[in-house]
Amino acid sequence: MADQLSRVFAALADPTRRDMVARLTEADHTVNDLAAPYDVSLQAVSKHLKVLEDAGLVSRTREAQRRPVHLEAEVFDLMTKWIERYRRQAEERYARLDAVLARMQDDDSTAPTATTQQQEGTAS
Amino acid sequence: MTTMQSPDTSTRFPEAAILADEHVPAVHIWRDFEATVAQVMRAHTDADLFAQWIGPDSLTTSIDEWSCRTNGAYRYVSRRGEDEYAFRGTFPYVGEDKIIQTFTWEGMPEAVALETLTLEDLGDGRTRLHGFSICDSFEARDGMLASGMEVGIHEGYAKLDRMLGEGTV
Repeated sequence: MADQLSRVFAALADPTRRDMVARLTEADHTVNDLAAPYDVSLQAVSKHLKVLEDAGLVSRTREAQRRPVHLEAEVFDLMTKWIERYRRQAEERYARLDAVLARMQDDDSTAPTATTQQQEGTAS
Repeated sequence: MTTMQSPDTSTRFPEAAILADEHVPAVHIWRDFEATVAQVMRAHTDADLFAQWIGPDSLTTSIDEWSCRTNGAYRYVSRRGEDEYAFRGTFPYVGEDKIIQTFTWEGMPEAVALETLTLEDLGDGRTRLHGFSICDSFEARDGMLASGMEVGIHEGYAKLDRMLGEGTV
């Protein structure tokens, strides 16, 4: 799973591929359609598509010649999941900051003393 | 820099909100705190206070260098068993409600992010934090987002529980 995530990240690190994905969120497109707005060869576009395909972000049906490119929405949803995980991690950090701020308010009249609670988890 | 406006003060952020920018390799974060701007600022600038909340529970964070003032610098190391993750940077600007700092993981020292932290008085004893981190590439930004996978998921709540148990809240 982590491997797929890093492939998705790498695939989306390129602005042309991000743009292709954005267009595919609206509708399926043929390779020719997808290539039209870019000033690159069809071959280069095919390479980009291969990267997106390897990451599992897009698939191509066997529908004769046209082979429309289709966005795999559930893989795209993984993006949302990482961001949620990152958000949760940030929230945990800020929940710890909440506790520190509460302690600062309690200690307002007295000088704050260093605590040793950081030392507990060293064996983990 | 984006020209994105902060959400207005009628929007509340009792929990952290994240926005990964589509156009520049940046991440926004918003969070409201039940404390004054000066208190939230002090929890960021004071090394002892900062060390109490920055690292996840599974890591022991120690601060090697800390000079949180304009033109200052910092370095801290998080350890878990044999693993060490060192972070460092400089503070190009530290004001009363703003900290601008560079941020580098020493494992990739050339990928430097620029972070702007702005604190806004919400007028009722509460403070809104807005963090804006801009990376040098989308890859670096996405790597930063993905790093959340590695550490810190399981242990954060336990640490909060412990702090709550100490009666500090």
